[in-house]
Amino acid sequence: MEFTVHDFIQGLLPEAMPAALGYTLAAILVAVVVLSAFVAPLAGVTSWLERRVWARMQSRVGPNRVGPQGLLQWLADGVKNIQKEDIIPASADRKLFLLAPYIVFSGFLGAFVVIPFGSWLIPADLNIGILYLLAITSLVVVGILMAGWSSNNKWSLLGGMRSAAQIVSYEIPAGLAVLTVIFLSGTLSMQGIIQAQGWAPWDWFIFYNPFTLVAFFMFFVAALAEGNRTPFDIPEAESELVAGYVTEYSGMRFLFFFFAEWGNLYVIGAISATLFLGGWQIPATVFGMTMADHPLLKGVLEFTVFFLKAYLWAFVAMWVRGTLPRVRVDQLMAMCWKYMVPIAFICLFGTILFLVIWPEGNRALTFATLAFSGLVMLYFVWRVVFQIMHSRPTLYFKPYV
Amino acid sequence: MEISIDVLIFYLVSLVVVGSACIVAFSRNIVHSAFSLLGTFGGVAGLYVFLGADFVAAVQVLIYVGGILVLILFAVMLTHRISDIDITNRTVGRIPGLVAVAVFLGILVYAIGETDWVKVKEVAYAPTTATIGNLFLGDYLLPFQIAAVVLLVALIGAITLSRKEIKE
Repeated sequence: MEFTVHDFIQGLLPEAMPAALGYTLAAILVAVVVLSAFVAPLAGVTSWLERRVWARMQSRVGPNRVGPQGLLQWLADGVKNIQKEDIIPASADRKLFLLAPYIVFSGFLGAFVVIPFGSWLIPADLNIGILYLLAITSLVVVGILMAGWSSNNKWSLLGGMRSAAQIVSYEIPAGLAVLTVIFLSGTLSMQGIIQAQGWAPWDWFIFYNPFTLVAFFMFFVAALAEGNRTPFDIPEAESELVAGYVTEYSGMRFLFFFFAEWGNLYVIGAISATLFLGGWQIPATVFGMTMADHPLLKGVLEFTVFFLKAYLWAFVAMWVRGTLPRVRVDQLMAMCWKYMVPIAFICLFGTILFLVIWPEGNRALTFATLAFSGLVMLYFVWRVVFQIMHSRPTLYFKPYV
Repeated sequence: MEISIDVLIFYLVSLVVVGSACIVAFSRNIVHSAFSLLGTFGGVAGLYVFLGADFVAAVQVLIYVGGILVLILFAVMLTHRISDIDITNRTVGRIPGLVAVAVFLGILVYAIGETDWVKVKEVAYAPTTATIGNLFLGDYLLPFQIAAVVLLVALIGAITLSRKEIKE
């Protein structure tokens, strides 16, 4: 096979054009394809799933008319919103108002550059991967502030302010939790962090020691807050602020904000899976087949494992949204600064101490942490079964009402 | 003339930096000025990437866009009479401003003329994070520690200033 990508790109270009220009155009084309073929359906299906899951939790039906079980509802919503009039308030700051959704969206989309879907399936394995991820998502704050201010509406401004304060504050516990993992793996690269873990739960960083178990939950809660998710969705609290910073937006621009929010749900899950849950790691042999001999099957399995791990946490976020009430502004700030930051610091120093005492790790403590988590899960399952047995089972065992 | 694609991208990034810096300086609307800093900070991060400084580029975005820009925006938006569009950046007057600019320009031109410029044609695009870490905890440990203490003092000072006085 002598025919390479280089020849292919050269063949498409006129003689005089430099190859680098061809590569640039090809990169832009690939970015567009990835955007339309992966990220858009991902955010769309997530929005449908969230509405269905949430409806089941509230004993409603949810969207079930467009396509089988309402699976195509997101397409219908998209088509509807494109047709809508793009209303710009007369007193809004026109330029900033038009620009804001794109800044929020590019902040969200930039995260996909370093998400490792498989051992070779990553757009760019940057040496500074996780740092880049923390940096690029901070664009969202600027976009939200821009939307809040340019709408020239007190609810928008209040929502934007709340959101920015919240994201900036919760970046600290999230960053500290990420730092805990960086100490364990000794690298900032996303692939490096995954390669430092194994396929089995006892090789994951979440069960490495009791401190990392806590750090994982610190990270997940902080990530939910940074994504403006319930119970931390005070920037768009309907009962207080109409719709917060998106109050004045309509049509496709409105949709861009929520596109970013739903897509972000998957990004949160993906980062959690990468940092703490072993990412795409699969055993070297599955059902007696050596994975190195089946590169395609290996790639598919890795992608599936990573996708499921990431989506599990997206599902947990939906679940939390359906369960917990919204916190107040002062509670939100107190929770971050008075509880989560100190706990995250304890996790960090605990892990450092752990690394000093047992540089090679402590298997007994790892298994104890794993066993403890397993017991909590078992108790949880037992409670759920108990609840179902003592309620009306017919309602619960018919998921497709 | 041969124009390679990275030179083109370099000029594009430079244009963004200089263009948004011009908006920061000349815009009559202070909020527009503040938001234009986004282009300046982001573009400077792009220039760092051209210099092969990947870690510094990411930190530039993290600290300047995610932290300092948001802080500036907060300060600007919470300023009294922000709805008044008449607030401009000009507060001192033209003559002192002109003198300050002229002096600063002189210093810059002198510094540029005196510096022995190394040609950055042979930038090594290699990971820099580990080197930076080793230097911070080795050769430059004392400046690093002093900077940390200064930041801590600033933090305590900010808390003291903004703390609500509890009155009996």
